Amino acid sequence: MAEEIKNTAPQNFKVTIDNITVEVPVGTTILNAARMVGGEVAPPAMCYYTHLKDSGGKCRTCLVEIAAGSTADPRPMPKLVASCRTNVMDGMVVKNITSEKVLDARKGVVEFLLINHPLDCPICDQAGECYLQDLSYAHGAVQTRYEFKRRTFVREDIGQYIQLHMTRCILCYRCVYVADQLTNNRVHGILDRGDQSDISTYISKAIDNDFSGNMIDVCPVGALTDRTFRFKNRVWFLKPMDAHRDCDKCCGKVTLWNRGDEVYRITSRKDQWNEVQMIDGKPAWICNTCRFDKKHTSDWVIEGPTKIDRHSVISQGHYVGSVGTVKPPDPLQKVLQGRKPHLLLDIHDQSEVNTAEVHLSEIEGPSVFETFNGDPHASGHNVTDVKIGVSTNEKGTDSTNPNTP
Amino acid sequence: MRKLLLEKANIEGIRGYDVYRREGGYKSVEKALKMSPNDIVEEVKRSGLRGRGGAGFPTGMKWSFLAKPEGVARYLVCNADESEPGTFKDRYLMEFIPHLLIEGMIVSSFALGSNVSYIYIRGEYDWITDILENTIAEAKQNGFLGKNILGSGFDCEIYTHRGAGAYICGEETALLESLEGKRGLPRIKPPFPAVKGLYNCPTVVNNVETLAAVVSIINEGGEAYSKIGIGKSTGTKLISACGNINKPGVYEIDMTISVEEFIYSDEYCGGIPNGKKLKACIPGGSSVPILPANLLLRTAKGEKRLMNYESLADGGFATGSMMGSGGFEVLDEDQCIVRHTLSLARFYRHESCGQCSPCREGTGWMEKILKKIENGKGELKDIDLLWDIQRKIEGNTICPLGDAAAWPVAAAIRHFRDEFEWHVLHPEECLKRNYGLAHYADPIENIVTT
Repeated sequence: MAEEIKNTAPQNFKVTIDNITVEVPVGTTILNAARMVGGEVAPPAMCYYTHLKDSGGKCRTCLVEIAAGSTADPRPMPKLVASCRTNVMDGMVVKNITSEKVLDARKGVVEFLLINHPLDCPICDQAGECYLQDLSYAHGAVQTRYEFKRRTFVREDIGQYIQLHMTRCILCYRCVYVADQLTNNRVHGILDRGDQSDISTYISKAIDNDFSGNMIDVCPVGALTDRTFRFKNRVWFLKPMDAHRDCDKCCGKVTLWNRGDEVYRITSRKDQWNEVQMIDGKPAWICNTCRFDKKHTSDWVIEGPTKIDRHSVISQGHYVGSVGTVKPPDPLQKVLQGRKPHLLLDIHDQSEVNTAEVHLSEIEGPSVFETFNGDPHASGHNVTDVKIGVSTNEKGTDSTNPNTP
Repeated sequence: MRKLLLEKANIEGIRGYDVYRREGGYKSVEKALKMSPNDIVEEVKRSGLRGRGGAGFPTGMKWSFLAKPEGVARYLVCNADESEPGTFKDRYLMEFIPHLLIEGMIVSSFALGSNVSYIYIRGEYDWITDILENTIAEAKQNGFLGKNILGSGFDCEIYTHRGAGAYICGEETALLESLEGKRGLPRIKPPFPAVKGLYNCPTVVNNVETLAAVVSIINEGGEAYSKIGIGKSTGTKLISACGNINKPGVYEIDMTISVEEFIYSDEYCGGIPNGKKLKACIPGGSSVPILPANLLLRTAKGEKRLMNYESLADGGFATGSMMGSGGFEVLDEDQCIVRHTLSLARFYRHESCGQCSPCREGTGWMEKILKKIENGKGELKDIDLLWDIQRKIEGNTICPLGDAAAWPVAAAIRHFRDEFEWHVLHPEECLKRNYGLAHYADPIENIVTT
């Protein structure tokens, strides 16, 4: 009898998302159903992480409109729902990018996420693989309407390998779930509440656990960064390579980020949704030994270049997937007003403001003065003053240059 | 009218068991234990009792939604985390007639099959926790709690649990999290507490006043209870009145009286002090929309507005408000709406749990803009920005705190926009005379006297 009931019960639910109907197993969330459709139909998710139980529902970027609850009860839902935590029903009709209401709400959420974010992408290690960056390209406003002082926190080293930059945090709670579900005990968490919420440990530097490094991988922004990689390189200059080694703690299947022969950092393998890949039916979390201690190519068996099928600067324009294909508007065409220079440098020839009247070679060299005898202090013409007081640091670079580390 | 909840609250010594029992206390327990649990639920359904915590959801229906899987415990939790600014009715009830709550909880626990019930009480009410502990001990000594109550075979224990001063823990799922010993963060629904609540077991969370009202429903029958009041607003309701009125305090009303009568009659608020005029009123606790005097006393259709769920909500949020939890705040002509909205926005910013982004970031942003306008530094575009922010918070959050933070701001701008503009256009004057415009205070011609 029980067997019969099982057979007659539907195994799959039909759900229509943005006019595309898919059949998904019972118990699938709307977000995962939309990911099966793929492309623009998949709502963005900042806090949901498939492999972390109970995650999701917090950032509200994945809100969707339910135009019809199910075949049995086709009433629309009054409020937008978080697609990552709502299961599909048979005959459900979901509107994501086809709903004005959703796009408006999403724009609002992105604005809320950004009002206290420092927008320090130029000096952030996450830049290039940051989900918040992608999200604000797709849904953010051109200019902020927030005119108050942004919330700041002091940077903190939590443990030997991880630096916490709380100012950048969007409070997705993913790292808390990693600590809860992957490590033996959680020693960090959310302190305080509301807009003063702070992720921290009571005892600084206390995070020391074999799997704590995965917190860096799940962080959607640059709040948790790899201390062994900080400021070493930009991610888009590195070449990702799939590699593996025998590891007794984890699966040992990783992505190496190389430049030449040098391994700059090691991460777990990510899928197109920026989540850890499933390998052999399990999420391929990696241990801290693999992540932080094996930084030589000789430690690894290289499998080949990683395919990045996510539109991001890390893929250097060669992405193969279909996710997030919204590109930011290219300002160059607008600036050039229809002109098509071969090289950007041609702008000099084209410029109406700086039209060259005299060829540079015709100008007499101003750099040499008759009175200058090589000693800058000997005469009134301290032409080399600008160099006085400049010291070089031990690397021989110019220390007045703010771009020098 | 006859009072049901506070009828005996003024009797000397009613806080103690002996006087309470002599005055007819615990009769409903004796009666209920002879009934079947389902009959009690039916009786409560028949009474039309609606949740007194704010949302006004029918209690009987809520009880019938409780999942009853075999071999799984069920819990009743009393929400005594009354933290809404302007609401203090539960405090009065628990402080002066605590046995009524315990009696209601025993009956409700029996109806729901809860052998362990909790009272989650607001942290600031520490002296009331002592009173309740004492009350529970007295009830236990006299055989109304503990094992095999009155020989019926029903076991029930009631425990109190003090919160730690967070408004968010008045939200039922945050309350359950806090009760379990975790951070008070609202859960994502579904599943609802009726299916998975406390310790993953089916749970009913009810307000103090709701549970206390069960006593008279059992004593006198649901039919009799439903005859009090009007329409779907049955029974009596406690209103905690405060603000610019002559007689602030907790009043028990049947829901047939008009708002005008409630404010001006000597039986209730006793009018506005110092001969001032009524400007605005928040009829149901700080989170419900504020109404200007003209819309408060009459609905948009021109009908007299009554103190009940339907009439206060008449006209939707455009021209109406909500019954809410019954925190009735009256503002006279000297009160500044901008300053008032700022103080509410500050409260919600402080109490946002920070779990979901619209509420966490939006409440702080709204407070900053309001502070700017209040201090004479605002611009006209700030008012539109405020409207846009509240619109993007409302309905997009995990729990109703986002809505509660958005509604007061929305209503203040909707009804008092020119007062915001006055602040912006008169930056120096608004610092000296911070009550904005007073012309909303229409003179009331026919004052009801009873």
